[in-house]
Amino acid sequence: MTPFLQIENLSAVIRGTSDRLLRSVSLEVNSGEVCGLVGESGAGKSMIGKAVLGILPAAVEIAEGQVQLDDEDLLAMPQADRRRLIGAKAALIPQDPLTALNPSRRIGPQITDRLIDILGWTRRDAANRAAELLDEVHIDNPQRVLASYPHELSGGMRQRVLIASAFAANPKLVIADEPTTALDVTVQKQILRLIREMQERHGTAMLFVTHDLGVVSKVCQRLTVLFAGKVIEQADVADFYAGPRHGYSKALLAATPKFTEPFTSLMPVDRAVITAVTAEIEAADGAWHHG
Amino acid sequence: MMAITLFGAAVIVFVVIRIVPGNPIAMMLPPGATDEDIARLTAHYGLDKSIPEQFVVWLTGVLQGDFGTSISLRQPVMPLVLGRLPATLELSIFALVLAVIIGGAMALTGTRFRGGRTEAVIDVANGAGLSIPDFLWALVLILTLGVLYPVFHISGRISPSLDLPFTTQFYAFESILRLRFDLWWDLLKHMFMPALALAIPLAAIIGQLLKQSLKETMHLDYVVLARTKGYGENHVILFEALRNAVLPTLTLIGVQFTFLIGGTVIIERLFSYEGLGNMAIDAVINRDLPLIQGIVLVFALLFTVVNLVVDLTYALLNPRLRHA
Ligand SMILES: Nc1ncnc2c1ncn2[C@@H]1O[C@H](COP(=O)(O)OP(=O)(O)OP(=O)(O)O)[C@@H](O)[C@H]1O
Ligand SMILES: [Mg+2]
Repeated sequence: MTPFLQIENLSAVIRGTSDRLLRSVSLEVNSGEVCGLVGESGAGKSMIGKAVLGILPAAVEIAEGQVQLDDEDLLAMPQADRRRLIGAKAALIPQDPLTALNPSRRIGPQITDRLIDILGWTRRDAANRAAELLDEVHIDNPQRVLASYPHELSGGMRQRVLIASAFAANPKLVIADEPTTALDVTVQKQILRLIREMQERHGTAMLFVTHDLGVVSKVCQRLTVLFAGKVIEQADVADFYAGPRHGYSKALLAATPKFTEPFTSLMPVDRAVITAVTAEIEAADGAWHHG
Repeated sequence: MMAITLFGAAVIVFVVIRIVPGNPIAMMLPPGATDEDIARLTAHYGLDKSIPEQFVVWLTGVLQGDFGTSISLRQPVMPLVLGRLPATLELSIFALVLAVIIGGAMALTGTRFRGGRTEAVIDVANGAGLSIPDFLWALVLILTLGVLYPVFHISGRISPSLDLPFTTQFYAFESILRLRFDLWWDLLKHMFMPALALAIPLAAIIGQLLKQSLKETMHLDYVVLARTKGYGENHVILFEALRNAVLPTLTLIGVQFTFLIGGTVIIERLFSYEGLGNMAIDAVINRDLPLIQGIVLVFALLFTVVNLVVDLTYALLNPRLRHA
């Protein structure tokens, strides 16, 4: 069986240059599986998600590679078809719930719009589904929330709404881009548990982007470590925690606080390791430019 | 608040038009009138009193609904002014509608094809619209669509040969209610060029500002999220970005619309359009102090009403203010 999402040899550059933000990335997510995508800030984690969903910034373009979603070659299709396919089969849980909802639209239509416009549901079915979803994400009084504007809800509530919205169309793949980073620490755990719960209930494949290896061990079955847009290591979570193969992965794991000491903050990764991995990437880049 | 603004405007105009040189009485009497004639008539209109005294007399009248009598037309001011106001209102509102349509279309098209040649062309057009004032556009229009290719009428409000069944002065509005589209069409052919001349600079401002704020909105997370839902760019611009992007433009449209109303004074003159602005120029030429005073008061009232409407619309479009 082919993976539900298959990224092959994907390179993204700053438009008009050969500065690579993604360096020949290959990545697979099987149906129903949760894959972690880990790396430091600026590694290109969000860029991979954006490339899959077709929402790369205007300044970034894809230089080579393939993205297959459910056996369809996304990059080869016309834009309108690609958007519809993505809208029907995939969804995004964004990083910042405060900016990801339209401030001048009510919550209800923001959940039901794609069901009605893209998937052709009736208004009534879509409204029922929205209420049901808010119930699934443990929001009391769904009818009131559906009629509210975003500014009337707390950050945690808004992220619940966005999770509900992401699962509305029964997507086969959800990309969660650091879905808890912008939230209060006390809310983070609840939201994380909720995403896990929703993923299990709907049997959705998930690409879970985070810079926190601690979270990966709780949520994911497999993980990919990214550094400067390059895949450093891919492994089953159990194998990875038993002993990462790559030096950078080891350093990253060492820098992650243990659950037994929850109050230590993330430490910087060892400088010497970074120098080594950077040299490795530069060598590969040289080959890419001349190849 | 509104009362204070109006009072301030009244005081300033009252004083200024009495300080500038020019004697209305001398202008209305035939040559050869004696100094005594002039003095008698000056006293008749109360213009021999001190300015504060005159103001008290005027204000007392206004508070009782009496705005005085026009010196040059020898009729009560208020009926004169109210008779002309609808013509100017119809012209200004038509110009505003044109400006919003043209400016809005440019902003939406520029956003849809941002970064390309279409946007560059729109930017150039906006620049031209901004840097050329309304009365020059009027001359350009008169020469092209009035003289060279006479598509529109260049003078008046309606063809004099037509029988007018109207009971109000809101001709264009009433002609629609009466289903007299022949009259409406004639009115439109008269109103189109002056309205377009007034509209072009405002359209350029709307085009530029709305495009700017639309383009900024297009990067926001909720717009990007809508793309992942399966929507195309047209839908995203119209249904996600537009409403939020309109808000900053709206306040500016209010301010600029008051400028547009001010612009009617010259434009009505150029097109011999029988509105308040045209009357204002006659009033100034004749130094018709009570009439000037009345017209200015009505303009000031119009400005404050426009600002009020803008504030209300803003609150209506912004859910954060709606319940406050
Ligand atoms: N609009 C853009 N134009 C050009 N380069 C960009 C743009 N957005 C991001 N980048 C660059 O792309 C690289 C990857 O960014 P990305 O947002 O994917 O990082 P990330 O791994 O998600 O980091 P974080 O954990 O901070 O979210 C960064 O070096 C960034 O500077
Ligand atoms: Mg990111």
